[in-house]
Amino acid sequence: MEQTYNISLFTENSIGILNRITIIFTRRHLNIESITASECEITGVYRYTIVVNTSLEQVIKVVNQIEKQVDVLKAFYHADAEVVYQELALYKLPTDLTKGDEIEKILRQHHARILSLSPEFTTIEKTGRPEEINALFADLKPFGVLEFAKSGRVAISKPMKTLEDYLKELE
Amino acid sequence: MNNSSISGAESVIRSLLAEDIKTIFGYPGGAIMPIYDALYDFKNDINHILVRHEQGAIHAAQGFARASGKTGVVFATSGPGATNLITGLADALIDSTPVVCITGQVASHLLGTDAFQETDVIGISMPVTKWNIQVTKAEDIPAAIARAFYIASTGRPGPVLIDITKDAQFGKMDFSYEKCNSVRSYIPKPKVDEVQLEKAAKLINQAQKPYLLIGQGILLSETENELLQFVEKSGVPVASTLLGLGAFPADHPNYVGYLGMHGNYAPNVLTNKCDVLIAIGMRFDDRVTGDVSRYAKQAQIIHIDIDKAELNKIIKADIAVHADAKEALTILTKLVQHKSHDVWIQQFRKLAQEEHQEVIIDAINPKSAELKMSEVVNLISETTKGNAIVVTDVGQHQMITSRYFKYQLPKTNITSGGLGTMGFALPAAIGAKLGAPEKEVIAIIGDGGFQMTIQELGTILQCGAAVKIVILNNNFLGMVRQWQQLFFDKRYSFTDIKNPNFLKIAEGYGIKGHKITDRKELQEGLKILLNNKESYLLEVIVEQEENVFPMVPTGASVSEIILSERHGANV
Repeated sequence: MEQTYNISLFTENSIGILNRITIIFTRRHLNIESITASECEITGVYRYTIVVNTSLEQVIKVVNQIEKQVDVLKAFYHADAEVVYQELALYKLPTDLTKGDEIEKILRQHHARILSLSPEFTTIEKTGRPEEINALFADLKPFGVLEFAKSGRVAISKPMKTLEDYLKELE
Repeated sequence: MNNSSISGAESVIRSLLAEDIKTIFGYPGGAIMPIYDALYDFKNDINHILVRHEQGAIHAAQGFARASGKTGVVFATSGPGATNLITGLADALIDSTPVVCITGQVASHLLGTDAFQETDVIGISMPVTKWNIQVTKAEDIPAAIARAFYIASTGRPGPVLIDITKDAQFGKMDFSYEKCNSVRSYIPKPKVDEVQLEKAAKLINQAQKPYLLIGQGILLSETENELLQFVEKSGVPVASTLLGLGAFPADHPNYVGYLGMHGNYAPNVLTNKCDVLIAIGMRFDDRVTGDVSRYAKQAQIIHIDIDKAELNKIIKADIAVHADAKEALTILTKLVQHKSHDVWIQQFRKLAQEEHQEVIIDAINPKSAELKMSEVVNLISETTKGNAIVVTDVGQHQMITSRYFKYQLPKTNITSGGLGTMGFALPAAIGAKLGAPEKEVIAIIGDGGFQMTIQELGTILQCGAAVKIVILNNNFLGMVRQWQQLFFDKRYSFTDIKNPNFLKIAEGYGIKGHKITDRKELQEGLKILLNNKESYLLEVIVEQEENVFPMVPTGASVSEIILSERHGANV
């Protein structure tokens, strides 16, 4: 049965490692729904969150093959229920259209905030699940959204061991 | 070792010497010229074998590695030189062969500009290397090479590639070399889980019909003795995969044969009768399993492998043990009880007898006027007592050799298994001879595959490797023709191949040889081949439409193996 899996992995900071990881998905004809990668709390170690829709059997094999890559420190997979996850979205609106009460109401309803304000445009920030981000977009659309950008998912697992524990084990 | 201010190119050579490398297979070109220039001063320390095509270099390095147990080394230039390595890299990756390839690259300021002979070899080789790296600074070269050798040769071995830009080769650096023995993100040898092994031993001790399948992992971890002890104590029957041949002596009473699509009858059929299946250092290739949904369903499965990604990949194991074969077998032998499984092994013998009557008698002593591949291989096996290194290409002759050559010793079976690379044998045999010069090296090759890397006869001409070549010539691309006959209604689409005069070609390269068309000449011919001190080519004209049987057709279960043509193969 296919469902959404969150693959968390930690890598060394080496050129080409992202490519080595994505090749494993390409080879199995698996589409990556979202990918987020950046340095984690340990300098020089990168954390990736990759979201895929696939079967449990398949995700286990993919994670094993990711972990087999020399520059990968550790990889884990979790179903949605086993992680806390979030996405970040930015919305750019023309400032002169955002002055009324209506916008305040929308921002309060959606727990969104204004990130920057200039005479020309206002940037609104919202973190949440994709459906929450989309709901805000729908409400802002009548005001004329000039630009919209959304991150991939970042996820923290509920049962996972910390990477530091793992690194200690290695030593 | 400290040497102030040498070139990056020279540091490559000094690093290789520090890794005790004495043989390199390569081909020069623009972007690797500084390294070749440095090599010029080390002619007495390193034997560089000039091949005729970079694919030949990497297959030779593979043959060298498989025969010697050491890491093979390849030099190639950028662009086409590097892309010509790709087939060999893929072959080495799937067959777990340690190879270090060093490629030249355009100067770092030209990277990404479509410079002459620039190609993204890091990107292209990524799916077919265990690890690769591009080096753009002279001072980074020794550490990259040290890491490359460590990664290539440890854990599940494989090919690595180091791409060195021309400016890094020219750059000056202070040389010092430190061997690499750990990489934080890489655990080559897992800690053995003894609890899992205790469970495995319990299963084996309780089993009525235990059955052991061995693969190349036994050879790679050099654990043949431990295997022998385990088998003799536990009394289990042993069958081998294609790449495992030679890990266990073929004349041992517990040896029951060769697994897979064209393997022996009993080991395939009884896979679906055993109660405990123990698989060590093998990866359940589809050519071994047939239809996985009908593979050993009745059995409890113990799978031991050093590569965690292989566990539960194809066949779900009841007990998966992530371990090096040597450590696992050492512990397991202590835990298993002394047993003999004579009645069970008799079942293998009974089916082996059927195969002997139905297939083997005629295969090795045919009544046909024309020579059969199987009788040639059988005679080679008898003449050499199974002691030679036998290198095969891909196709019918390969399956026939795996069936009829009785491998007795480790590292004597060299073939392209997982990738099935035609053209592998000739260059791999050259490498094998250099890796094990004291051994007789016989390359058994089909007429099709021989022409894929025939240019490597030039390498023999130049380096003098005394490779004995046997061409089993049926004037067909035989394996494809067999499938066309059985599964495509005898529509022989482009499988009849018009061959050149092989003897004249060999003669052009200074290699003597002769042709055999008659059974009466075979024994004498082999004697001439083997007694020759130099490379020799024996062309044997064999039956055009000989088929390899038994056969597990695609989609069939291993127990549905078709014993012989008489039993039909209508799938």
